[in-house]
Amino acid sequence: MTTTAQEKKSVIIKFAGDSGDGMQLTGGLFTDDTAITGSDLATFPDFPAEIRAPIGTVAGVSGFQLHFGSQRIFTPGDRFDVLVAMNAAALKVNLKSVKKGGTVIVSEDGFDSRNLRLANYPEEQNPLEDSTLEGYEVLKIQVTKLTRESIGDSALGTKERDRCKNMFVLGFLLWRYSRSLDTTLKFLNAKFKNKPDILDANVKALQAGYNFADTVEFASDRYTVAPAELEKGSYRSINGNDGIALGLVVASKKLGLPLFYGSYPITPASSILHGLSKHKNFGVRTFQAEDEIAAIASAIGASYGGNLGVTGTSGPGLALKGEALGLAVMLEMPLVVIDVQRGGPSTGLPTKTEQSDLLQAMYGRNGECPLPIVSCSRPSDCFEAAMEACRIAVQHMTPVVLLSDGYIANGAEPWKYPKASDMPEMKVEFAQQQEGGGHFMPYQRDEKLARPWAIPGTPGLLHRIGGIEKEDVTGNISYDPANHEHMVKTRERKVEMIADYISAQKIESGHESGDVLILGWGSTYGVCESVTRSLTEQGFAVGHAHLRYIRPFPANLAAMMQGFKTVVIPEINNGQLVKIIRDKFLLPAVPFNKIQGTPIAHEELFDFVVNLLK
Amino acid sequence: MAIESNPNGIPYTLKAKDFATDQDVRWCPGCGDYSILKQVQTTLADLGKLPHETVFVSGIGCSSRFPYYMETYGMHSIHGRAPAFASGLKIANPNLSVWVITGDGDALSIGGNHFMHLLRRNFDLNILLFNNQIYGLTKGQYSPTSEEHKKTPSTPFGSIDHPVNPIALALGCDATFVARTMDRDPKHMKDVLQQADAHQGTSFIEVYQNCNIFNDGAFEVFTEKDSKPDTTLILEQGQPLVFGKNNEKGVRLDGFTPKVVDLNSDGFTKDDLWVHDNTDQVKAGILARFFDNPAADAGGMPRPFGVFYQTDRPSYEAQLHEQLNAVQQSMGEGDLDKLIAGGSTWEIA
Repeated sequence: MTTTAQEKKSVIIKFAGDSGDGMQLTGGLFTDDTAITGSDLATFPDFPAEIRAPIGTVAGVSGFQLHFGSQRIFTPGDRFDVLVAMNAAALKVNLKSVKKGGTVIVSEDGFDSRNLRLANYPEEQNPLEDSTLEGYEVLKIQVTKLTRESIGDSALGTKERDRCKNMFVLGFLLWRYSRSLDTTLKFLNAKFKNKPDILDANVKALQAGYNFADTVEFASDRYTVAPAELEKGSYRSINGNDGIALGLVVASKKLGLPLFYGSYPITPASSILHGLSKHKNFGVRTFQAEDEIAAIASAIGASYGGNLGVTGTSGPGLALKGEALGLAVMLEMPLVVIDVQRGGPSTGLPTKTEQSDLLQAMYGRNGECPLPIVSCSRPSDCFEAAMEACRIAVQHMTPVVLLSDGYIANGAEPWKYPKASDMPEMKVEFAQQQEGGGHFMPYQRDEKLARPWAIPGTPGLLHRIGGIEKEDVTGNISYDPANHEHMVKTRERKVEMIADYISAQKIESGHESGDVLILGWGSTYGVCESVTRSLTEQGFAVGHAHLRYIRPFPANLAAMMQGFKTVVIPEINNGQLVKIIRDKFLLPAVPFNKIQGTPIAHEELFDFVVNLLK
Repeated sequence: MAIESNPNGIPYTLKAKDFATDQDVRWCPGCGDYSILKQVQTTLADLGKLPHETVFVSGIGCSSRFPYYMETYGMHSIHGRAPAFASGLKIANPNLSVWVITGDGDALSIGGNHFMHLLRRNFDLNILLFNNQIYGLTKGQYSPTSEEHKKTPSTPFGSIDHPVNPIALALGCDATFVARTMDRDPKHMKDVLQQADAHQGTSFIEVYQNCNIFNDGAFEVFTEKDSKPDTTLILEQGQPLVFGKNNEKGVRLDGFTPKVVDLNSDGFTKDDLWVHDNTDQVKAGILARFFDNPAADAGGMPRPFGVFYQTDRPSYEAQLHEQLNAVQQSMGEGDLDKLIAGGSTWEIA
C-alpha cells in the first residue's frame, strides 16, 4: 500500500515496557536512525534501579523518551505524541503524559489477565476494552503472536524468540516514520555476527514489523520529519558518559600524558569505565579498584607518577573520596574527579537524575579545601567539559571536580564533533633538575601559583609530600601558625586565579540584560534554553546563561547578573547554586527547584518565570 | 642533597647516610622504628639503589612518618590507603622501587581492604608492616593485633577483640612473599629486606616493633637474649626447624600436626625434623599458626621469623602493560579522529 507521508515539525515518542522488554535498545536504535536523518533530538532514558524488577509490575517499567524534530530540540519534551506500551503496567505509568489525541500503540499480549493484575488494574477492568483510551488514537497489535509467527522455525526457544518483540515494534515504527531498515540491519549484523540464530530471529521480527505496518490498514498513516537546520559539519550521536570518556582520551593525548582511570562501579558512572577500558590502543590504563577510596587513591598515585590521573563516581562515591580529595588539594596534584550525580542522599535514587552534589563538591571535605568545579551541561558538552577539567588540573596543579548527572550520562543528542588535529596541543613539562639549582623546592610556585610537577624517577628532585601542612616553598612539614594561614590563603588564591585562564561567561540566548536572567548549570541546559527562547519570542526581556565553571566563576558573571532585575536559578535539587550565588554576590537570586528525580519540564519553568515577569 | 649518579648514569657508591634526610627524626627516643629506619637505609645502600628511582609511600601512624626521613621520593598519604596510592604509582611507572610503610592499625584496621587487594594483585613492591600491637600516635588504644583482654585507655576493663594474625592473613590473600622479622635483630632484618627486594611481586614483611611508650616489651620474649632461643624459630630455606640455646630443640610434623621435640632426649635426630621449604603453601599455613604463647612453660610453639612463603606470579603492572602492548599491536596505535567520530556519522551541508 502506498501512502503519502504527513510532515511533522516534531514528535515525542515514549517507548515503555518491562525492564526485560528491551525498550532502552529499541529507543536507542530508533534514536540512531533518527539522528542520521538529520533531525535534532534529545532523549531521556528512565529505568528502574533493579536489573530485572518484578515482571509486569508498575515498579518494573522501563522507559525511553525521544523528542526529535526539524527545529532545534532542547529537551526530551513534556508530553508524548506517541506512547508505545508493551504491557498494562507501561500504559498505566505513562498514559497520563500522552497528549490528548495522541497515539497509543499497545502490545495486546501484554494485557492478559495476569498482566492486568500485576499492573494493579481493578478486577474485570481492561483499559483496552473500557473508556480509558477514549480520545486517543489506539493501535492494538498482537506483538508476541506476530513476532513468534514471523520467526517461525528456529533453534531458539520461546523465551528467546519473544525477546525479539522489541524488533517487531521497532520495525513498525521505522515504517511509520518513513525510514529504511538499513541502519538497524547494520547494527544487528554487527552485534550478532557470531550468533546466527539470534541474528536471523531479530532480522525476521524487524522486517515483519515493518511489513505489518505497511500492510495493515489501521496503521497506514506515515509521517516524515524534515532535517533540522543544524550548523554545517560532521555529526554523530553521543551520550554524556561516552562524551566524557572521549574527552579524557583526547585530553591525555593532547597533554602527552598516559590516561589512568581508577574507578569502582557505580550507577550512573560505570559506563565511563566501560568506555575507557576499550581504548587500550590509546594507552589508556583502566583500574577497577576495590572501592571508591582506592579508586581515587590509585589515581592520585598515578598522577604522582606522571600520568593523567582520573577517577569517576556518583554522589555516594564522592562522599567516600572526600579525604583523599583533601590530600590531593594538599599535595597540589593534578587529578580529575568525575561525579555523575544521581538522586540522594545515601543510596537515594540510583537511576534517577539530580543536581544535589554541588555543595558536596564545593564544601564536602575537612578543612579549608578549595578546588575548581567544572560542569557538563548536556551530552554534546561533555567532551569539551572533560577536556577543560583535565587542562585546569594539569596547568594549575590541582584536583578538579567535573559534575555531570544521570540525565546527561544516559541521554543522547546529535554532536557536531571536532577534529582532533584542529585542537591545540597542551604539552606538559615535568620539573627537571636545574643546573646548580641546589635543593629542590617542591612548593615554589609559578605565576599561576602552581607548584612544579616533579615525578619520581627524575634525578635531582628528591622530595617528600604528604597530608601534613607544608612549609611554603620547601614543602617540609610545618606546624607554624602563620605559615598555615598563608598556605590556606595561597591554596584558595590559586583556585580563584583560574578565573584568569577560563573563557568569559556568555549569554546562550535571549537578552544581554533585562528583566530575568535564567542562570543554570548542568542538565537544566535544555529547559533553560527552550524556556528562554519561548519567552523571548513572546517579547519578554529574558536571557539564559549556563555555567560551565562553578568554581571559580567567570570574572564577568557579576556584571552580567547586575544587568538583570531578577536572577532565576532552576535546579534539580533543593537550592544549591542559589546558595553559592547569594553568598558570593549578595544577590537575591530566586530559586526554582524540582526534586523528583526527573528533568524540569518546559511548562513548569515557563509558568514560573512568566509569573515572576507579571 | 644526596649524591645520585654520574652523567653516564652509573651510581656513586652510596652509604646508609646518603638515604637520610635533613629532617629531625621525631619518633620517641627508644622507639623500634629507629632500628628499622637504619636497616632500610643500610639495605638500600648495599643494594645500590638509586634514590631517585625509589619511592616510600605510607599511610598514617607513627611508622608512616618514615618517608620524611628517607632521602628518596616519598608520599605520606592518608590512613590505611598507602597500598592504593602505591598501586596507581606502579601502574604509572613500573620501573620504580616502591616501598609501602604501614602499621598494624594502618594496614589491618582502617586499611584492611586495601591490604588484601594489594597482596592478591601482586604489584611488584615491598610492604613493611611495623607491628607494635598498639595505637601509638593516638596514645595507646588497643590495635587489631593486640592480645585479648588488653587494658588500654579505650578498654579499661580489657579488650574483647580476637587479634588478627598478619602472616596467616597475608597467606590467605595469596601473597607471593610472606616474611617476619624484628626490630631488635638488625642482621635478620637486613637479610629479609634483601630477599624482599629481590622478589618480583608484592613482598610482605611483618616487623615486630617495640613501642616503648604505650606497649613496652610486647615482643620481649622473642627479642631478649634469655628467652629468645627458646621462643623463636629462625626459618632458613632447606634447613631443619631447630631452635633452643644449643639448637637442641626441633619441630617435626606428625601428619599435619607440628610437634616440638627435644633432640637430646626424645630419640629424634635432625633427619626427623621438618625441613623448611618456603615454596610449600600448605606448610607455610601451618607455620603461620605458630601464633600462641611461646613461653616454655605455656608449652607453645616457637614464633617463626624469616620467609614463610615465596612463589612466582606475574605482577599486576607487568600484566597490565603486556595487555596494553598486545592491544596496541593487534589494533594499531589509536586514531583520535576515528575514535571521536565513532561508528555512524552524518554530514549537514
